[in-house]
Amino acid sequence: MSIWEYANPKKFLHTSERVLPSLWVASAALIVGGLIWGFFFTPDDYRQGSTVKIIYLHVPAALMAINAWFMMLLASLIWVIRRHHVSALAAKAAAPVGIIMTLIALITGAIWGQPMWGTWWAWDPRLTSFLVLFLFYLGYIALWEAIDNPDTAADLTSILCLVGSVFAVLSRYAVNFWNQGLHQGASLSLDKEENVADVFAFPLYTCMAGFILFFIALVLYRTGTEIRARRMKALIARERMSDA
Amino acid sequence: MSALLLRDLRLAFRAGGGFGLGLAFFLIVTVMVPFSVGPNSATLAVIAPGVLWLGALLACLLSLDRLLALDWEDGSLDLLATAPLPLEAVLSVKSLAHWLTTGLPLVLAAPVLGVLLNLPAGGYLWITLSLLIGTPALSVIGTFGAALTVGLKRGGLLLSLLVMPLYVPTLIFGAEAARRGAAGMAVETPLLMLGGITLGAIALLPFASAAVLRVNLR
Repeated sequence: MSIWEYANPKKFLHTSERVLPSLWVASAALIVGGLIWGFFFTPDDYRQGSTVKIIYLHVPAALMAINAWFMMLLASLIWVIRRHHVSALAAKAAAPVGIIMTLIALITGAIWGQPMWGTWWAWDPRLTSFLVLFLFYLGYIALWEAIDNPDTAADLTSILCLVGSVFAVLSRYAVNFWNQGLHQGASLSLDKEENVADVFAFPLYTCMAGFILFFIALVLYRTGTEIRARRMKALIARERMSDA
Repeated sequence: MSALLLRDLRLAFRAGGGFGLGLAFFLIVTVMVPFSVGPNSATLAVIAPGVLWLGALLACLLSLDRLLALDWEDGSLDLLATAPLPLEAVLSVKSLAHWLTTGLPLVLAAPVLGVLLNLPAGGYLWITLSLLIGTPALSVIGTFGAALTVGLKRGGLLLSLLVMPLYVPTLIFGAEAARRGAAGMAVETPLLMLGGITLGAIALLPFASAAVLRVNLR
């Protein structure tokens, strides 16, 4: 079994329809379980009080906001190199999910920042990079919407994604250079002494796993929708041909 | 290549080419700023480097949709694509022509407009230098955006939406260099980073632009 088989949309639909129900259930169970665990069965942080609990939405959303772009980058590469049609559609399907995740991360961050830092927004490097990432998603989606021919659209957006990734990384470093921030550093690393305490970390991991599965399920589902929409277009076009 | 460059320059300078529009836009933006933030010279001196950079960037951006659209409409872009010159070279020359007709005048005008914004005395050299190093990147990145949107009927707004995020690193380092220069701080690091971005963009982006343009000409 290799991913190249799934360039066949029929095969892709067949497999994704078989795994989707269990993906939905698993992601829902993990997210709901993780949130309940995090909200009701963990102690309040000694400095942050109960506001710390927004971490269970903020961190997984931020994680997926970045990884959705990575997934789009990979899918774009696969499309450019191998003309893997389903891959192009998967990149298209992931973008709106990614932009919503970015928005969730920004909004929950603002809600968390208000009591903790005393401000909804600061031009902190992490916050700024996320805003820039949001703009990149916006341009990418707008370009998909603007072009009628699906193959042209796939080509142009995938090159935009590749170039955009380079510039997104550049912006990240530029922004770091430009302003030192309020946001804490990495605290879920495997190789560091000081991390988030286990009581908070385990429900957080549960939520992160749930968000990852949820993202995969959404992308598979939306890719299926894209495939069907394309098939419908082809059928309508054929009908018109036979009428004429 | 030089024939193409001369052709583009001639087209830009002669009537209807829109040469000077970018410059006029830069002037207007700079004049509008004191109206919007107030005439206080201390405030203006603080924001002057950033405003000059932003104005130059917007002026560059607005002239981008003419970069390829005119050649696309009259079909000469198809001829250029089938010419023996590689498309990458064609686009590099077009970026160069765009920079000579838009970027360079902006660089030369910036110190003059700096007077209007009460730019501190130490800032004139650095705003000119940072714009001189940074504007070629704006032209090259803009060419990529223009190539992306060349076939679209209402590409103008989309072009801005696509190109602006790509301008972020250039703007940050360029404006940072100008700001530090105006404040009398060391400017080497942002200037070097800005130069790196410009050289990298000049070296690599024409390939992406040409790939995109080939798709659009298909």
